[in-house]
Amino acid sequence: MRGALRDAFLSALVALGIFGPMVGLVSTSGDHGLSLQVRPIAVAVVVGLIFAGRLLILSWRGGGPRQRNLALAERVARAGKYITPILLLAAIALPFTGSRYYIDLGTLVLTYIMLGWGLNIVVGLAGLLDLGYVAFYAVGAYSYALLAMTFGLGFWTCLPLAGILAALWGVMLGFPVLRLRGDYLAIVTLAFGEIIRIVLTNWVSLTNGPNGISGVPRPTLFGLAFSMDGGPGTFGDFFNIEPAVIQRIIFLYYVILGLALLTNWVSLRLRRLPLGRAWEALREDEVACRSLGINVRNTKLTAFGIGAMFGGFAGAFFATRQGFISPESFTFMESATVLAIVVLGGLGSQLGVALAAIAMIGGLEALRDFLSFLGDQMNSPVFAGIASELPLYRVLIFGIALVVMMVLRPRGLISGRTPSVALTKLKEIAPDLVAESRS
Amino acid sequence: MAYALQQLINGVTLGMIYGLIAVGYTMVYGIIGMINFAHGDVFMVGSFLSLIALLGLSAFGITSVPLALALTLLFAAGIAALYGWTIERVAYRPLRGSFRLAPLISAIGMSITLQNFVQVSQGARVKPVDAIIPGGIRLMDRGGFAVQLSWMQIAIVVITLTILGIFTWLVTKTPLGRTMRACEQDLKMASLLGIDTDRTISLTFVIGAALAAVAGFMFLLYYGVIDFYIGFIAGIKAFTAAVLGGIGSLPGAVLGGLLIGLIEVFWSAYFSIEYKDVAAFSILIIVLIFMPNGILGRAEVEKV
Amino acid sequence: MLAVADLTMRFGGLRAVDSLSFEARKGDITAVIGPNGAGKTTVFNCITGFYRPTTGTIVLTHPNGGTYALQRMQGHRIAAAAKVARTFQNIRLFAGMTVLENLLVAQHNTLMAATGFGVLAVLGLGRYRTAEAAGMEKARHWLDAIGLTARADDPAGALPYGAQRRLEIARAMCIDPVLLCLDEPAAGLNPRESEELNQLLLRIRDEGCSLLLIEHDMGVVMRISDHIVVLDHGKKISDGTPAEIRADPGVIAAYLGEGEEDEVPA
Repeated sequence: MRGALRDAFLSALVALGIFGPMVGLVSTSGDHGLSLQVRPIAVAVVVGLIFAGRLLILSWRGGGPRQRNLALAERVARAGKYITPILLLAAIALPFTGSRYYIDLGTLVLTYIMLGWGLNIVVGLAGLLDLGYVAFYAVGAYSYALLAMTFGLGFWTCLPLAGILAALWGVMLGFPVLRLRGDYLAIVTLAFGEIIRIVLTNWVSLTNGPNGISGVPRPTLFGLAFSMDGGPGTFGDFFNIEPAVIQRIIFLYYVILGLALLTNWVSLRLRRLPLGRAWEALREDEVACRSLGINVRNTKLTAFGIGAMFGGFAGAFFATRQGFISPESFTFMESATVLAIVVLGGLGSQLGVALAAIAMIGGLEALRDFLSFLGDQMNSPVFAGIASELPLYRVLIFGIALVVMMVLRPRGLISGRTPSVALTKLKEIAPDLVAESRS
Repeated sequence: MAYALQQLINGVTLGMIYGLIAVGYTMVYGIIGMINFAHGDVFMVGSFLSLIALLGLSAFGITSVPLALALTLLFAAGIAALYGWTIERVAYRPLRGSFRLAPLISAIGMSITLQNFVQVSQGARVKPVDAIIPGGIRLMDRGGFAVQLSWMQIAIVVITLTILGIFTWLVTKTPLGRTMRACEQDLKMASLLGIDTDRTISLTFVIGAALAAVAGFMFLLYYGVIDFYIGFIAGIKAFTAAVLGGIGSLPGAVLGGLLIGLIEVFWSAYFSIEYKDVAAFSILIIVLIFMPNGILGRAEVEKV
Repeated sequence: MLAVADLTMRFGGLRAVDSLSFEARKGDITAVIGPNGAGKTTVFNCITGFYRPTTGTIVLTHPNGGTYALQRMQGHRIAAAAKVARTFQNIRLFAGMTVLENLLVAQHNTLMAATGFGVLAVLGLGRYRTAEAAGMEKARHWLDAIGLTARADDPAGALPYGAQRRLEIARAMCIDPVLLCLDEPAAGLNPRESEELNQLLLRIRDEGCSLLLIEHDMGVVMRISDHIVVLDHGKKISDGTPAEIRADPGVIAAYLGEGEEDEVPA
């Protein structure tokens, strides 16, 4: 116990050095330029938290060595059988709540789930760390917006085109760089993502630059538009109901649900086919793959291209839902968010990705709501204050979660691997055997 | 001609800053083979620490420029070193021996954390400061274009060269440097020979972070304005510099930094300032594809 | 079958392999032996396309008469088209995949061809189903051959060492090779496992696949090889039947000169 106290005290000392200047001394702009504002209480709170946290961790860790993950992986995999249909039913039923807020949130979460599943093909299955996934999302969004507004094409015509264009970009970008080692590949894809964003910002004649493109057309249901005038050929007119904004919102929700499920279905199918198996083999050992006659570059390209295609689909959906796109929406932060979801969910696990997206996108929103609700109910400005500040901390929490996840469970929430085929009985594979490429 | 000379001066100054950051990347890569993605953000933190120190010193009424520079440098480098040590301890050390991409993902998380931590604690607005050392020398005046060499630029180059000199002495002439180079050659062997590799790796992060903080201070002096986002772009450029110079090579990092600084400045001066970051990113891609060993790096032979 | 002529591989100033020529005949087990650092693995890496030789030719002739200049082919084509399979000194299995999956990945090109560019198979159409059944059948054949049928659904990384060696050989055989290159297959095996390995290799040879192996275990080499090539410092110092090699004073000198008495052929 004394050792723990001493350790915690040292941690607090380090925390004081780290947080003291940054939290305690804030540069604020006043009348005469910048000046320092001193915040001793904030520092005391942070350092106190670190002290207490360290003490807690130390006393909790005393409970014995960590258990193997296999039992847990088996249990989660078994629970997954029940969780999956429940989640699916909940997703289908969500619009029946009729709450615009929940449907919007659901749409957002589903967009991230779809992006996560798309990136999962690249990172989780093929083991290629792509830090520029947002580039394909951007290509899809801009492809749809520009095609629709220049040539007057509809959403359903443009959707496959946007996907194909994004895939083409993926293959084009991937071709020269996919032979690079894992971490170099990560940096290069990041650079590509940034280049695309900078070009979108500066190529004003095509993209309208930082001001973005507004008035992106909305999708139709078999040619029925969701317009508010209720004129002939609209959804309201055809079904003889009063046109309302919520109809379009619900329609968009089901579109993204369908797209996400398509992504999921294709990934699951591919995993059981030679291509998907080759992706996973590539993740395990590239050199062995080569010795077995697998064309490593082409196999990587297919993963990159297919992942990019789903990113493109999601981008087209994003453009049509927002009705407005600008380079602002396609920053590195977006790539990092999707990566965080994939990593937290468990590289390669479809259910894990969905759960992580729900927790990270939906969970934080829910927390904010809950806090502001508490603030309203108790008339307490503290909760309301935290609630309004919470979005600021969202990305900070992402960052911390990534680090904590890597340190505690580097293979994510659902970390075991389900074999793609079995002679007699499928047995879950323990995460510590599933390796990234060792070359 | 005069215009080009001015660009050369500006490019070298900028290149010094990139070189200082690049040394941190290359040292860490040399020893544990990971890209310390958060290094650019340590540079940013160093920049903010310098700003805080300068503001604090002026609040205490210390106006002597050399004293203020020295104290700020010490403070920023010291606290940043603590950041470097903590980051390695918290986010990277537990992952040694984990799967290959784990440290990189953790580093990305750390980078995001640092960026948003500074944004939350110090605010998202840009922070402008007045020039600390105003004025300069007018080198030549031709065709209505005056070539300026500011005192600030001289100070930056002098301080950088001094720090790099100390650092070179540290790495080549001291026992500490010897253990560092031993770890770089073969970490496992070094540990078998009784070198405390954990301690050496920690020290690498500490030194790298201190150098990055010096660069952050120089950046603040040179541009006079910083925000929480500067680390991302500067970090990638410095990483490019490290790769261009040959990752793992210390002189290569400085050389690469100079080249990247010059390329960026000349590109902005003669082509397009909007696309100056595209130039840096494109160089990164081209270098990685066509000469992944860089200028001064060692070739890697694939072991089967 | 395999003709290596004037092969040289230089790394910087070092000549790891120095104008080496030898031949491996069809239906033979040819062993390449030599002290540590003699350049055996480098020769293997040249043959299987992991290194591109500095000079020299490596020509493979198929039983049906087709010839392949291996030194010019891309690494994966050597396995896919020329049908040369290999194993590695430090076993390279897909540790996180099951034994069965390992064997199916090896049949990638055959199975992939049946998927109709992936599209048809994703939709559940086409002839992929029959191709997959055939693939499973082949996997089952090799599982029986290496005695791992009962462990087909276990991860490869969880197998004992000897079983991993056998699985790596079976996996290589799943590409239907005409030439199988084995890099120290008996390393780390106990005598019983070593004997099982001998039987497996002889069986592979008798089924019509030629073998080329690097081996340190002279027991294995002398018992199963039809032909032995001895390397030292990148050069060939002897070439012949086991009996001839055993009697060659140059070979004994090379081994003794390296101070590896324990490996003197018995």
